[in-house]
Amino acid sequence: MSDPAGYLKVAPGSQPPLDSPGYGSTHKRHPKQAPIRIAPTLTESLAPRMTERDYPSFADMSVHEGRQAQGERIIVGGRVLDENGKPVPHCMVEIWQACSTGRYHHPLDTHDAPMDPNFKGEGRVFTDADGNYSFVSIKPGAYPWRNHRNAWRPNHIHYSLFGHGFAQRLVTQMYFPGDPLLALDPVFNATPDVAARNRLVAALDMDIGKEEWALGYRFDFVLRGRDATPMENPQ
Amino acid sequence: MSKLVATAAQTIGPYWALIEHPEWADLLRAGGPNAGYDKGERITLTGRVTDGDGATCPDAVVELWQAGPDGEYEAGFHGYGRSRCDADGCFHFTTVKPGAVKGRGNATQAPHVTLSVFARGLMNHVSTRLYFSGEALNETDPVLGQVPEARRGTLIARPAGAGVWQLDIVLQGEGETVFLEV
Repeated sequence: MSDPAGYLKVAPGSQPPLDSPGYGSTHKRHPKQAPIRIAPTLTESLAPRMTERDYPSFADMSVHEGRQAQGERIIVGGRVLDENGKPVPHCMVEIWQACSTGRYHHPLDTHDAPMDPNFKGEGRVFTDADGNYSFVSIKPGAYPWRNHRNAWRPNHIHYSLFGHGFAQRLVTQMYFPGDPLLALDPVFNATPDVAARNRLVAALDMDIGKEEWALGYRFDFVLRGRDATPMENPQ
Repeated sequence: MSKLVATAAQTIGPYWALIEHPEWADLLRAGGPNAGYDKGERITLTGRVTDGDGATCPDAVVELWQAGPDGEYEAGFHGYGRSRCDADGCFHFTTVKPGAVKGRGNATQAPHVTLSVFARGLMNHVSTRLYFSGEALNETDPVLGQVPEARRGTLIARPAGAGVWQLDIVLQGEGETVFLEV
């Protein structure tokens, strides 16, 4: 059996640095030493196999115990691809977010906004054989977070994806087009490359939305791809 | 030549507990993917996650990825777990001890698990490996061999009771954990 293929190198500026001074919590939590780059072994080449049997999906976050959540109903859909443009099928996508008033269903969130009892804020879906996913939710509200003077997070949805290789693990956030808070947000702006940053903004998509029922947004994910060329520094 | 660029990571933030399922920290849980699994040695893995001030990170979450006792991945044993850090900043996994894993070329890797830390203040997750002290294969493990000797100890768990192994994770500063990337 030959050695596992490497992963394509991270494109310069396409990822936020761990040391992102505008985001206060990074000050004491970013490692000062560079990580050691290793050639992938089976450990890094493979990944946990997440299946709907063990991790059941729930794709409609807009209803809780039969009751409708408050707010603007949305459908979010798109594809999960790798950097070589290949769809990532059967990819588990975890979703979490604040309710329409900007409040998380969590005791740590003490923001003085009404909590919607019909919105728990957790979803889980799997991509189909072509890498497509979609789910129904409520547009999340903005909320204050004390990072700097009068700091408010832009509307956003959190995602956690499990690809088919250890290095494809992705935790990220999706933003909404036209949000004036984006220009002020140190988390969004931590990614140096403007195009890479702007790819975190979903696109309004009237084909994904449903007439007289929900607005639609398109958001595609790209996970790291394998490099077909041999490793530069085989170990 | 790649056609696309991987999506930028963003911090998991303080509210990831909305997707928390505490039982995932027990890989052998009843009703779980490994229910009834009876091979290998049952172990507990624990450790404290601290920041550059030595303060604990009780909002952090640690993910585990490992081979089964036979050294194979996802071949009869589902090697994924997720543990929140408790009020003392400690993660706790119940699992089986992994076997030696085939390395690159003709190498053999010492038994190890991969730990990834996600937290508020980490723009992207960081990953390291946990090895078991006293394991003869540690001496020839090709990944440990790439880690400067003075820092190698940050990857080696020590016994902390019967079947219990402890490895603390220091995100920054003195004794900073060696993190790995591919």
